[in-house]
Amino acid sequence: MPGNSPAKVAVSTTINGQSHDFLCQPRQSLLEVLRDTLQLTGAKEGCNNGNCGACTVLMDGEPVNSCLVLAVEVEGKQLTTVEGLANKGVLHPLQQCFLEGAALQCGICTPGFLVAAKALLDKKPNPTEEEIRFSLAGNLCRCTGYDKIVRAVQAAAEQLQAEEAPLPSSAAHQQAQQQQ
Amino acid sequence: MQSFTYHAPRTIPEAVALLTESEGKSVLLAGGTDILVQLRENLRHADHVIDIKQIQDLARLDGNAKQGLYLGSAVTCSQLLRSPITQPYAALRDSAQIIGGWQIQSRATIGGNLCNSSPAADSIPSLMVHGAVAEVINEDGHQNIPVSHFCTGPGKNALAGNGLLLGLAIPEVGTISGSAYQRFIPRYEMDIAVASAASYIELLEDGTVATATIALGAVGPTPLLASDAADMLVGETPEEALIEQIAQEAARIATPINDMRGTIEFRKHLASVLVKRTLQTALRRATGEVVVSHPHV
Repeated sequence: MPGNSPAKVAVSTTINGQSHDFLCQPRQSLLEVLRDTLQLTGAKEGCNNGNCGACTVLMDGEPVNSCLVLAVEVEGKQLTTVEGLANKGVLHPLQQCFLEGAALQCGICTPGFLVAAKALLDKKPNPTEEEIRFSLAGNLCRCTGYDKIVRAVQAAAEQLQAEEAPLPSSAAHQQAQQQQ
Repeated sequence: MQSFTYHAPRTIPEAVALLTESEGKSVLLAGGTDILVQLRENLRHADHVIDIKQIQDLARLDGNAKQGLYLGSAVTCSQLLRSPITQPYAALRDSAQIIGGWQIQSRATIGGNLCNSSPAADSIPSLMVHGAVAEVINEDGHQNIPVSHFCTGPGKNALAGNGLLLGLAIPEVGTISGSAYQRFIPRYEMDIAVASAASYIELLEDGTVATATIALGAVGPTPLLASDAADMLVGETPEEALIEQIAQEAARIATPINDMRGTIEFRKHLASVLVKRTLQTALRRATGEVVVSHPHV
């Protein structure tokens, strides 16, 4: 149908646990729709060709470049964007560790790094430095030189593991005594 | 991006009908990591985009060490890496781990990498050394095309714009066998091969070579099978001096170009070094050693 703009398509999807319905043109990327239609501007447009990872979101738990996904392709999918990381105003440990470790300068790459790092820690809670660097190879940062980002991910991994670890035996013992 | 109509057929006949009706004005969409960039940058034009990911048959990933492996054309790199049945196909796993970063691997398919037909495609030399056969359909019917004959030039292949790749049938590996893929890039990750090589080697109980295949990437208009060099290994004990000689012989078929990524001379040198290293790695893997090139999480 050259000359005519193809009809808009209705898409239903779940973003950060909430259902969303939107209309889009087939040519629109998921990134365009997230930012321009749904006002979820956390995902950034860096290169718009799949190199930089600034637009990373999770689709059914897997990190994808939202600039390389057509919005029409997300029908029925579960998406997580950087807006879904904080819980009721409390930053996710990754976000807190990025802040405290100064793992960002200009900040454009940060949402992509946070989402990709979340995918990594969801899959492997205690990654080695090499695994962190390899898993984040699809995210480019032109400011930090990556070291602080890697350290922030390590710090967040430790924090998340500490939160999930069972209470040390003495503490558990004390708690048991208190309950008696 | 240019405007197009989006189709998501659910069956193979529907997809073939759409492809035929659109008379060359359509593109097939699998992971989209190449095609969407090409559409956006006007390197390709299409009135119709036919998404193949809703077709159940193309998501097939099955088989075992005895029957071989079947990779539907919509199987992503990540799915391949997650699947234990792909373990015997080490070269292919080496490739899938370095096609882009994790975000790309979640979407990019091995079938798409083949159909994009870049001379530097990371999966094609690995498919070739494992003897993969592409199962193709068009309005005239089914065709089985060995991957070694699939690509016809940079970005060109046997589909000729009106065929659909259904999947890749990869034969079983030998009892004592190993394979490997390596590329040279000027940084650690996330780059296009300056040159690449894949090797598959199968040994007899006495340690002599039963079968060997070698393929080169990014040193010609299509990936190349170095059959003459590989045949020199058959019946021999794969010692260092012989491997060195075969690596040099394999690199003789390279016809690379000069470009911003490397010179002709450098690429020929790389081809020989990479053949040597992939043969060495394939041999180590054949003896049961676990050789990990990249940390897959």
